Amino acid sequence: MGEAKFDNPTEALLARHSAPRKGSDWAEASRHAARERTLGMGAAGRRDEYWRYTNPTTLNAFEAPDVEILQLEEVPVFDGVEKLLITFVDGVYAPDQSDDLSGEGLEISMLEDALSADIHWAADVFGVFETNGQSPVNRPFAALNTALAGQGVVIRATGKVSKPVALRYCREKTTSDAVIHHVIRVESGADLSILENGAGASRLNTVMEVDVADGGSFHHLRAQGRDHARLATTAIFARLGAESHFKSFTLTVNGVLTRNEVVLDIIGDDTKASVAGACLGDGDFSHDDTIFITHDAVNCESRQVFKKVLKNGATGVFQGKILVKPDAQKTDGYQISQGLLLDDDSNFLAKPELEIYADDVACSHGSTCGAVDENSLFYLMSRGVPRAQAQNMMIIAFLDEAIQEIESEELAEDIRSRLLGWTERHKG
Amino acid sequence: MFEIKNLKASLADEDKQILKGMTLRIGAGEVHAIMGPNGSGKSTMSYVASGKNGYVVDEGEVLLDGANLLDMEPDERAAAGLFLAFQYPVEIPGVGNMTFLRTAVNSQRKMRGEEELNAAQFLKIVREKAKSLKIDADMLKRPVNVGFSGGEKKRNEILQMAMLEPKMCILDETDSGLDVDAMKLVAEGVNALRNGERSFLVITHYQRLLDHIKPDVVHIMADGKIIKSGGPELALEVENNGYADLLNEVA
Repeated sequence: MGEAKFDNPTEALLARHSAPRKGSDWAEASRHAARERTLGMGAAGRRDEYWRYTNPTTLNAFEAPDVEILQLEEVPVFDGVEKLLITFVDGVYAPDQSDDLSGEGLEISMLEDALSADIHWAADVFGVFETNGQSPVNRPFAALNTALAGQGVVIRATGKVSKPVALRYCREKTTSDAVIHHVIRVESGADLSILENGAGASRLNTVMEVDVADGGSFHHLRAQGRDHARLATTAIFARLGAESHFKSFTLTVNGVLTRNEVVLDIIGDDTKASVAGACLGDGDFSHDDTIFITHDAVNCESRQVFKKVLKNGATGVFQGKILVKPDAQKTDGYQISQGLLLDDDSNFLAKPELEIYADDVACSHGSTCGAVDENSLFYLMSRGVPRAQAQNMMIIAFLDEAIQEIESEELAEDIRSRLLGWTERHKG
Repeated sequence: MFEIKNLKASLADEDKQILKGMTLRIGAGEVHAIMGPNGSGKSTMSYVASGKNGYVVDEGEVLLDGANLLDMEPDERAAAGLFLAFQYPVEIPGVGNMTFLRTAVNSQRKMRGEEELNAAQFLKIVREKAKSLKIDADMLKRPVNVGFSGGEKKRNEILQMAMLEPKMCILDETDSGLDVDAMKLVAEGVNALRNGERSFLVITHYQRLLDHIKPDVVHIMADGKIIKSGGPELALEVENNGYADLLNEVA
């Protein structure tokens, strides 16, 4: 098999995944439109403004990479948390490893089933939010996802959900391409937490479309697995109503290539949103956070907090944008991206963008890149802390501003313990 | 016993010798003070002794109970029993004061082959010692020195000293930036730690601190070495007449 038989690389992209189960008319129309969109925008390339820092070649390749399955002895992330567990193995729903799909204040179905229904609320979201998020910046892997995804969950939260829904992505095959698409609606006054955990496939493509109604709360916490050579592109498209809350945090340790995109549309007044991430990379590691937050309502607050620890030639990328529309007065936008380079071989590339059309706004942004502070290191060592341990303390401290964005203190502690584990494994 | 023997040290970045043959000997349980004009090398001596980057030792030794500290990493020097109270304690955002203290105490215990303190044991001791230094629980929870006032930072240094129980303490201008009450509190903290085993070297510009921490010996340092040593009366002489007479004496 090769790419030669296709007229262009974009057709090859569309042909590399098996077709999903046929859905109802609206679903097929949405998929068809996504296919056309994909063909129209073409595959991601290094010449694209938003792919200058991250090389999409392996993401575009016909074959998924062969990636050794990581056997871990440690307790999985979020293990101690009471949750409703839904497992995907190599991108396919595994009912035998999942809980019963029902819970207080929750309606859950599988994507294939929702897309088969002639009438479904998901019709207003599936592919719709993704399409809206394609302007002004193309997101070809998200369009590809909508065109081809057969797997995923469709969740509607109607009240306070007592426990988080945990999506666990396991791997059994060394080579796999997973395309997963989730559609989520948080109704007015409802409160939903989604946990995601695991590498999921040797090449994973996820999209999550989230509709948060007025007064709804959505918390998202993700750990992207520790399998070294895996590839991942993810995209979250969310629309936030008035007085709603949105929080998303991602922990990434290892992974040869990760591109996490988050596109938020704040359309209701008095809304609060936070997108944060911590990543740690050693060696062959490229991690890219590409964020686009649009403020189109009054008195809303958004935060972007991204911290990257990089060593042995690892690369971190941050492309973060705040767009404040003319009527979005009293917007409070905060953006910070920081790279901690543990040696001279590593890179942190940041492109903060602010586009502001309203006049009564407060937007602050900062981006820094540097080594561990020698004065602090000496201070810790002068009290008896060995160099490696002192450096680890500095790493954890550096990442903590991002961790603090996590709503639940219990989950934040779980994430902190993972950071400690990484620093211990990658000492010196 | 703490000894500095003919110590010569230069700045690493420029070819400039700061310490030019400094010699000093402090017996167990003694308190010595060093005074001297700006630029005489007092702080440099404390940094070289504790192992800060940026200095090259050209000659000499710094011995603590016979072991040459200059052969050790800064953390090993600490475990060997050396403690430097910083003139400017470093702020470390994100590292909790308590975590820092416990890590430091247990790292040293581990290096010395002693059993580490568990959380409960540690908490009990730290609360006790913090109380006597008027350090409240909130200060312990905050990140190391972040948002601390000048006085709080110095008290935090003394708390660390109390927790780490070193054999040899160097106080680098601990009185700088402190009002009279804060200085008293710090001095009380230091005096509480005095015993027959623990030695102190107090670097200061002002005699005032020595009213509270009474030294056995006072040294005058100038141009990278000790030019005169004597009793507490030497500090009074400096306070009254400045350094000019002393410098002329040796010139």
